[in-house]
Amino acid sequence: MAILTLLVNGVRRRVDVDPSTPLLWVLRENLRLTGAKFGCGAALCGVCTVLVNGEAVRSCVTPVSSVANGERIVTIEGAGATPAGAALQQAWLDEDVVQCGYCQPGQIMAAAALLLKHPKPTDDDIDRELSGVLCRCSTYHRIRRAIHRGAAAMSGGSR
Amino acid sequence: MKVPRRSILKNTVAAGGGLLLGFPLNGASRNGAAFAPNAFIRIAPDGRITFLIGRTEFGQGVFTSLSMMIAEELEVDLAKVEVRNAPADPAYDHPSFGKQMTGGSQSVMGSWQPMRMAGAVAREMLVRAAAARWKAAPESCRAERGVVLHTQSGRRLSYGELASAAARQPVPREVALKPASEWKVIGRPMPRVDGKASVEGRTEFGIDVTAPGMLTALIARPPAFGARVRAFRAAKALAVAGVRAVVPVDAGVAVVASGFWSASRGLEALEVDWTDSPLKDLTSDGQRAQYAALARTPGKLARNIGDADAALRSAARVIEAEYEVPYVAHAMMEPLNCVADVRADRCDVWTGTQYQSHDRESAALAAGLPLDRVQLHTLQCGTGFGRRWAMTSYFVVEAVQLSKAVKAPVKVVWTREDDIRGGWYRPRYYHSMAGALDDQGALLAWRQRIAGQPIFVGSTEEQNYAKDGIDGGHTGGSNIAYPAPNQRVEIHMVMEGPPVQTMRAVGGTHNGFVTECFFDEMAYAAGRDPVEWRLELLKGRPRLRAALALAAEKAGWGRALPRGRGLGAAAVDYHTCIAEIAEVSVSDDGVVKVHRIVAGVDAGTVINPSGLRAQVEGGILFALSPTLLSALTVDRGRTLESNFHDFRVISIADAPDIEIHMSGGGGPPQGVGEAAVPCVPAAVANAVFAATGRRVRRLPIRPEDLRGWRG
Repeated sequence: MAILTLLVNGVRRRVDVDPSTPLLWVLRENLRLTGAKFGCGAALCGVCTVLVNGEAVRSCVTPVSSVANGERIVTIEGAGATPAGAALQQAWLDEDVVQCGYCQPGQIMAAAALLLKHPKPTDDDIDRELSGVLCRCSTYHRIRRAIHRGAAAMSGGSR
Repeated sequence: MKVPRRSILKNTVAAGGGLLLGFPLNGASRNGAAFAPNAFIRIAPDGRITFLIGRTEFGQGVFTSLSMMIAEELEVDLAKVEVRNAPADPAYDHPSFGKQMTGGSQSVMGSWQPMRMAGAVAREMLVRAAAARWKAAPESCRAERGVVLHTQSGRRLSYGELASAAARQPVPREVALKPASEWKVIGRPMPRVDGKASVEGRTEFGIDVTAPGMLTALIARPPAFGARVRAFRAAKALAVAGVRAVVPVDAGVAVVASGFWSASRGLEALEVDWTDSPLKDLTSDGQRAQYAALARTPGKLARNIGDADAALRSAARVIEAEYEVPYVAHAMMEPLNCVADVRADRCDVWTGTQYQSHDRESAALAAGLPLDRVQLHTLQCGTGFGRRWAMTSYFVVEAVQLSKAVKAPVKVVWTREDDIRGGWYRPRYYHSMAGALDDQGALLAWRQRIAGQPIFVGSTEEQNYAKDGIDGGHTGGSNIAYPAPNQRVEIHMVMEGPPVQTMRAVGGTHNGFVTECFFDEMAYAAGRDPVEWRLELLKGRPRLRAALALAAEKAGWGRALPRGRGLGAAAVDYHTCIAEIAEVSVSDDGVVKVHRIVAGVDAGTVINPSGLRAQVEGGILFALSPTLLSALTVDRGRTLESNFHDFRVISIADAPDIEIHMSGGGGPPQGVGEAAVPCVPAAVANAVFAATGRRVRRLPIRPEDLRGWRG
């Protein structure tokens, strides 16, 4: 066990954990941030996606010790405080994307990472960056529309 | 309309003096009626309005669609209503199933009258309470957006202000439901009532539940079906930090720990010796040969019109073909999980389930407590697709057993490997088809022989879903819409295999593929255009016919396409009448790309157009995975696949364009959660034939089945 300090959604959080523990379980169990989900445990489905220094990361295979050195971790619970996260959450509502909702935190965080890199993503950009986040309800069309809508809102243009 | 006499309405003053209204959906004299006032609507004196929804929300949108029905009649703004999961209680039994469960596309159909009546009765009592206070005639008052207005004087009272008085009003014997012309909610797109919570990560799923002192368990499950624990050595697992106990349960050997990661590391260290699987000699190839041999012989008669065998013997033209589909896992995004807290005198269970009444009874048995000491709390589910309708309640029972053993609340989580390898699959099936044309090319006979494991026969649900020993998993969706004077469906039920169960569209998942592809084969054999022939034969099915005509028109059916690109059609009546046209291209090395699927849909009265479209979009893409990618291999008692790398499902990059066109409409609303599934593999495979001239008769459609198609 080790005492680690995580910077999560702008707040320093101390946790006493096995340093090999995947970030996902520290978020969910130690910090009670349950928005990031467990789906595969092997970086195959993406529903655990969070941002680390602005990059989409599969938290189910990320040892917590590797993100405890001041890395900025953003989860869905903190997404609304970021411009991309807030724009995407509103776009998700406007497009009525949600079905079961289980993967949507991972989808939104992956989309937020995409918008940080590509403020005006193409469909190919979306395919590349989002194809690692599975949705068994298959809300894919509405996700695509919501990303375009969120991108338009962020750039200040009307859609 | 008249309130059914046997549906005696109960109204009770709830804690805090609010109005509590409800009525049993399935008859009044139920044993459980004594412990809970049945209720769908709560109105608190402070104005808070809560709807309790007895159907499970797993993505199909029942929280929204059922709430719309109540809100329409209650005259409230749905945005101001809190929608919650109902408790497990007979008051919420489904009127058709007689159980509290969610499935079969039956939620909207089964709620259409009761939910509107619940709203109308509540509204009527609020109006009468206001009229009494104003000493006015109820007819001079009306309800609107959560208040009752006295039209002449302009006086108004909110529902909250009226709640206590309304609770003391007699329950009206009759309530008038609004005519469609007065609907303000039904039929208009309504965003999901739980959308905001979802996009903010606040929706509570079963896997998110916690309780004070809760432990987390992972279970070493049998590596092969039916294998049992011979011996286990717990020492190394117990040495892992955080591991609290190692406990044998029916399902295997559980490692109980402070959290998931400790349990996971403990599980890796646990040593278990297993007995051989009773299926150790069953190979995938051997099973295929067994099924094929069976399907070529007469089976148990499931449906008969005329004399198909005689017609096939004497017909001018006979067409024969064999089709097959593999085992498929539901692969719900949220793996199975359950939290149980067993105390000396009570048991609480928190889980995402499609089968509350059975799970609660099973929990009581496992806990050794009477039913009235067991509370089951339903959580939102990260999809279900049928898998959370567990005929043996196994995922609940194991959590109850563990909580009882370790005397603490326990959360059991299934890993993805547990899920994919754990059985309860859509069964594998093999079909032998024979069809006959007369000398004019008309459809004369249709014979289908289906071999596979039964879902219901031999199970605890046999009496409910296997009439006369005929398994609905085999026959569902085999009743073709095209009139053939001679029709015969026979089944072979093989009892040996992994546990199997219902999956979204059940029999339609394979019969949609087989019947709509085989019809296509017969159309080509008869020299007929597959859509034109369908339209001709569907004259007696105007709604299905219109849906197909619309889809074909919108898809540009009949337009010339280059070789390697094609259109394929399929149409089924699965509660909802739906037709789908797929447009595909096939690469030189046999890779199929689905470009577009156009659907024509007649779902009767549409409650929520946005939700309906979501279900059709989702149903089409759900079915595209087993059409192109997903299959399980059960060999020597084991499932070879284990996670999303080898049990593949479609991603956003694979999703074709989808167009949905509404056809017809009107009449009672029809279920739409499953309707889009059966057509998909048939429309795609038929399009592949149009593109390449190659018939693919097994799923998923593999490049090797099309390799060299250019000849």
